[in-house]
Amino acid sequence: MDDFSALLGGFQVALSWHNVGFMIVGVLLGIVVGVLPGLGGPNGVAILLPLTFGMDPTSAIILLSSIYWGALFGGAITSILFNIPGEAWSVATTFDGYPMAQEGRAGEALTAAFTASFIGAISGVLLITFVAPLVAKFALRFGPAEFFAVFLLTFCSFIGMGKDNRIKILVSLCIGFLLAGVGMDTISGDLRMTFDVAELMRGFDFLVVVIGLFGVSEIFLTVEEGLAFKGKKAAIDLKVVLRTWAGLPRYWATLIRSSIVGMWMGVTPGGAIAASFMGYGLAKRFSKRGDNFGKGEIEGVLAPETAAHAAGTAALLPMLALGIPGSATAAVLLGGLMIWGLQPGPMLFVEQKDFVWGLIASMYLGNVAGLLIVLATVPLFAAIMRIPFAIVAPIILVVCAIGAYTVGNSIFDIWLMLLFGVVGYVFKKLGFPLAPMVLALVLGDRAEDAFRQALLGSGGSLNVFWANGLVTTLVVLSAILLFWGPLSDLIGWAKGRGKSSGGASPSAAR
Amino acid sequence: MKQQLAAALAASCALAAPAFAWEPTKAIEIVVPFSAGGASDQMARVIQGAIQKNGLSKQPIVVVNKPAAGGGEAMVDIQKSKGDAHRLLTTSSGIFMTPMTTKLPVSWTDFTPVAMMAQDAFGLWVKADSPYKAPADFIEAAKKASPPFKVGGTSSKREDQLLVVAMERESGAKFAYIPHTGGGAASTQLAGGHLEATTNNPAEDVANWRGGQTRPLCIFSEKALPYTEKVAEDKSWSEIPTCPSLGLNVTYQMLRGMFMPGGVTPDQQAYYVDLFKKVSETAEWKEYIARNALVPDFREGEAYVAFLKQDEERHRDLLTKAGFIAGN
Repeated sequence: MDDFSALLGGFQVALSWHNVGFMIVGVLLGIVVGVLPGLGGPNGVAILLPLTFGMDPTSAIILLSSIYWGALFGGAITSILFNIPGEAWSVATTFDGYPMAQEGRAGEALTAAFTASFIGAISGVLLITFVAPLVAKFALRFGPAEFFAVFLLTFCSFIGMGKDNRIKILVSLCIGFLLAGVGMDTISGDLRMTFDVAELMRGFDFLVVVIGLFGVSEIFLTVEEGLAFKGKKAAIDLKVVLRTWAGLPRYWATLIRSSIVGMWMGVTPGGAIAASFMGYGLAKRFSKRGDNFGKGEIEGVLAPETAAHAAGTAALLPMLALGIPGSATAAVLLGGLMIWGLQPGPMLFVEQKDFVWGLIASMYLGNVAGLLIVLATVPLFAAIMRIPFAIVAPIILVVCAIGAYTVGNSIFDIWLMLLFGVVGYVFKKLGFPLAPMVLALVLGDRAEDAFRQALLGSGGSLNVFWANGLVTTLVVLSAILLFWGPLSDLIGWAKGRGKSSGGASPSAAR
Repeated sequence: MKQQLAAALAASCALAAPAFAWEPTKAIEIVVPFSAGGASDQMARVIQGAIQKNGLSKQPIVVVNKPAAGGGEAMVDIQKSKGDAHRLLTTSSGIFMTPMTTKLPVSWTDFTPVAMMAQDAFGLWVKADSPYKAPADFIEAAKKASPPFKVGGTSSKREDQLLVVAMERESGAKFAYIPHTGGGAASTQLAGGHLEATTNNPAEDVANWRGGQTRPLCIFSEKALPYTEKVAEDKSWSEIPTCPSLGLNVTYQMLRGMFMPGGVTPDQQAYYVDLFKKVSETAEWKEYIARNALVPDFREGEAYVAFLKQDEERHRDLLTKAGFIAGN
C-alpha cells in the first residue's frame, strides 16, 4: 500500500499544468517521429535530449517518455497505410493492416492498432506498478542459454504456424540469417562477409531492408497493376472509431494472450520485435479465423500491436530496476538519466521515489493522452488513401529514401533500399514469404551470439540447453510449436485422404 | 532537419565566448564510435551538456552515434572528413585495437589529436554472495574449476579480453571469456550468476554494486582510485585495493580522449584544445568523472601525442602476445 500512495503522489506530480503540457507536446512530436520511417523513437529522443538538460529530471523524463509513446503509436500509421513499417516492431502489423487499408478499411485498422497499443501499454504499466521488484528478479535468471531458447521459441512459433510451403519459409529464413551475419561479429570480433567494402561493415540495417522489402516493393507491384490505388472509398468519419470499438470485445482472448506474451518478452528482454512476431504467430495458430490472416483480418492487427506495446513498456522495467536497457530508446533514456544525475539500477526505486513514481504515473497519463490524440487523427490519415496513387507514390518513395538515409547518414543505404525493393518484388512474385527473412535478420545475430556465449561457457557441451527447468521448458515449447504445424497437417491428411490438401493457402505468412 | 532544430534551440542558450583566431561557424558534430547509452556516448553527452550549460561555444553541439564494426565505421568516416574542423571523434583504446584486429586501413595518425580527458580504470568484479574475498581465492578456485570459470566483458579481442588473457598468463589459471555487447549486459549476467566474474569499468558495474548484487575484488591499476566518497557497502572507490597490491600483477587503464579529422589548421586545433580544457574544469565534468570513477588525466599537445605513441606500442605488444592481431 506504501507503493500505492507513492503512485498517487506521482499522479500529482505528473498532472501539474506544465507537465501535462510537456506530455501533449511530447506525444505530438513522437507521432511525427514515428510516422517518418528511419527517424524512429531512439533518434527522436536523442535529438531532444539536449533540450532537457536544464529541466528538472521528472519533467524531462515525462517529455521524453511521451515522445516514446507517440512514436509507438505513430509507427503503426505508415505500416497500415503504405506497408512501410516505421519501426521494427510494426512489421507484423503490416501483414493484415495493409490489406485492410487496401480494402478501404484503413480507419478500422488504425483504430484497432491504436487501441491495441493502448491496451498493451497499459498492461505493461500495470506490471511495472505492481510487481516490479519480483519481475526484476526473474529477469536475472536469463543467461545466454535462456536467451537463445527465447529466440528459438520466437522462430518456432512463427514458422511452425505457417501453412504455406515450408520449404519456401525455410529458404527465406536462411537468407535472413545470412544477411544478419554481415558485419562485425560480437563473439570473435572479426568482420564477416564485408569483402573489404567499408559500407558493409555496418551490416544490413534492419530498417533499410524493411523499407525496401515492404514499402518500395509494394510500389513496384502497384505500378505493375496499372497505377490503380485501391481503397479510394476510405471513409472519413469519426464514427468508425466507435464502430470498431464495438467489435473489439469479441477478441478478448487474443488481446489477453498478446498482452501476456508481450509483458513476458519485454521483461525477459526478448524485446518488442520478438513479441510482435510471436503475438501474431500465436493468434494465427489459435484463432478460429486463422486461415484469413494475411488477407485483412482485424485480429491480425490487434495481436502484434498489443504484444509489441506490452513488451515496449515492460522493457522499461529492467531499465529502471536493473539498469539494462530493454530497447534502443530505453538506452537513450538511460543515458539521459545519468546526465540528470540519476543512477539507474537497483537503488533508483529506493533513492529517487518521486522520480520513479512520477514517471510511472506519466506512463498512464501519456498513454491516455496519446490514444485520444491519435484517434482524433484517424479520419485525417484515412483520407490520405483517397489521394490518387500517381501523387502519393513519389511522395512515399521520397519519404522512404529519407528514412533509409537517416538510419546511418549514408547514401549507400538508399541504393540498398532500392535493391531490397527489387528483392521484395521478386519474392512476392515467386510466392516466397518475406516475414521469415525479416525475422531472421532482426533476431538472427542476437540468437547466434546467445548460442555461442552459452557454448563458450559450457566448454562446448550442448547440455546447457536443458540444464535447468526454465531453459528446458522453453526448448520443449519451441519443439512443440515447430512440429505442431507439420503434425496437424499430417493428421489432417491421414483423416481426409480424399480432400485435396495440396493447395496450401497462398502467402498466408507474407 | 533534426540538426537545424537542435541547432536553433541550442544557439539561443549559447552565451558570448572570448575571441579566438578561429571559431566554428556551424554546429559541431561529436561522432561517438559506440552505440547510444554506452560509456563513450555518456562522455560525449556530458561534454555536450557542459559546453551548452556553461555557454563555452557559440555553436551548438550535436552527438552522432556510429557504432558499427567496433567503432571502425566512425573512424573511417572521420578519416574521410579531412580538413573538416566541425567534426570531432571520441576515442578509447579502440582507436589502436580496431585497426590491429580487423585490418581496417585507418590509424590514429590520420587524425589530429586534440586532448585526452581522462583514463578509465578496470576492476575484477564477482557476484556479491560468492565466496571469494581476494583475487588469490578467486584464482585458486579458477585453477580447479572444470569447465573453466566464465569471465564476461565487452566485445571480443578488446580491453576486457586482454585483461582476461593477462590474468591467465600471470596466474596460470584458464578462463572462458564470454563477450557481451556492453558492460551493462555483462554486469547483469554476473548479478544473475551466469558468470563467475567480469572485468568491467567501475561505471559499468557500479549500479549492481550499489544494489548489493556484485562487488569488486580489486582494481587493475598501479594506484588506488582517487575518490574517497562512500559508494556502496560503506566503501569508497579509494578503498578498493589494487590488484598488484594483492599479488595479481596485472594492470591496464584505457584513455578517453578527443580527436579531429586530419588536415586542420593549428588555429582550429587550438580552439578545441582550449574548449576541452575549459570543459575539464566545469562542475558537470568533475561530477561525471567522480560518478564514473574515471582517473582525471588531462593532456594536450606533445604530452598527448607522446602518450598515444607509447599506448599504441603497448597495445600492439598486448595484442600480439594474446594472438589477436589480424593475419593476412
